[in-house]
Amino acid sequence: MSTGSNSEATTDLTARLLRGEPAALARAITEVENETTEMSAILRATQPRLGKATIVGFTGAPGAGKSTLISAYIKVLRARDKTVGVVTVDPSSPFSRGAILGDRIRMAEHTTDLGVFVRSVAARGHLGGISRTTARIVDIFDAVGKDVVIVETVGAGQSEVAVAEIADIKVVVCAPGLGDDVQAIKAGLLEIADILVVNKHDLPSADTTIRSLKAMLDLRNNNRDAVQVLATVATTGVGVNELAETIESKCTMHRPTRSPRTRIRRVLAGIAGQIVETHLQDTDDSAIDAVCDAVQRGDLSFESAAQRLLAERLGR
Amino acid sequence: MESTSNRSQRPPKILITKIGLDGHDRGSRVIATQLRDAGMEVVYTGPWQEILAVVKLALEEDVDVIGISALATDHLLVPKLMDALRSADLAHVRVVVGGIVPPEDESALLMAGVSKVFHPGSSRDEIVSDMNRLASEARSR
Repeated sequence: MSTGSNSEATTDLTARLLRGEPAALARAITEVENETTEMSAILRATQPRLGKATIVGFTGAPGAGKSTLISAYIKVLRARDKTVGVVTVDPSSPFSRGAILGDRIRMAEHTTDLGVFVRSVAARGHLGGISRTTARIVDIFDAVGKDVVIVETVGAGQSEVAVAEIADIKVVVCAPGLGDDVQAIKAGLLEIADILVVNKHDLPSADTTIRSLKAMLDLRNNNRDAVQVLATVATTGVGVNELAETIESKCTMHRPTRSPRTRIRRVLAGIAGQIVETHLQDTDDSAIDAVCDAVQRGDLSFESAAQRLLAERLGR
Repeated sequence: MESTSNRSQRPPKILITKIGLDGHDRGSRVIATQLRDAGMEVVYTGPWQEILAVVKLALEEDVDVIGISALATDHLLVPKLMDALRSADLAHVRVVVGGIVPPEDESALLMAGVSKVFHPGSSRDEIVSDMNRLASEARSR
């Protein structure tokens, strides 16, 4: 049993990971995904190697064709000799906490290609369209030298925009014929897009969707030129070369500088929040109970109570 | 302050797939759904997978158990899968076969390293409890 006390095994795993062994990569992702005790050492070893990969996020409504489009995009990347890591997120059941991870079905043509490494993860109740550890899994792919790391969100509704924090380039995939749904996703999802793709362009209503997206962009005056609307048929590959070109040119033209400090702060905030949550919810501590009672009596506001607990119970 | 969870607390990760040429995938979908409802994370692929694809997939996804649904003699390919898993250093991954497996073939599968064969009539509870047990065995490699 590999436990946190087995630091030799962790050192060995980290060494094999940095050598690029696929089995070690898979295992390291498991440790990070499950936030085991080995995670710390893995994250520490990978930090100095980050920042080389291009990170592309794909999001959009369920059934819009994200997985199929990603598969077609991977085909273009492989023809250009790029190595690819994929993190694909599917929802967890709110009842059983189980999940069906089925995005790989659409990526079947790459299943024996050693240049493509796909990992499916369950969202495990995390909101925002990705799992809590997705960003850290992306970092591991980056650290082992994947040229392009692709993140596929769960089928997204309006506010699943967390992928924007991770990805250099955000591709929002829209399906034609959703009519009002296009309007509905306007406020959240469409705003994070660097590229809007109308997939299933072989369907009759696709041009209407393209027109309404372009009309929506016309109403924006800030970054209209920056956002492009492309048409694809992922199942046949139509338009996918152009999508790949657009992603690449956006990256080289104005690749957003991913400051390590910003990224590290985000991870820190997540881990700190989790430490606080675990401590406040699960620790048997009469002082915390006393603060709870004070809140219940109305003697203390939630805000002051939280501040006090942070300073007194967690500041040690 | 312990901020990390124990490895054994994570849900079992199961691959449900079909090798060979048989396309009858209803059974595999029923099982995948039942395992999901029992709290497991199930990678589902659909039929017609190559053996090497299953091995690569099991490796990348770091699954604990592979469930092969076999209704039309595809169980005869499973010993080849077992060899391929061992060659890929994945001997810790448990493999189960469910579907139509004639009794005379079952011992050959078990000899080849298959952990369990589920026949028609296997109960949901039996399958879930075996999968949970095999997943934790695989994880204590």
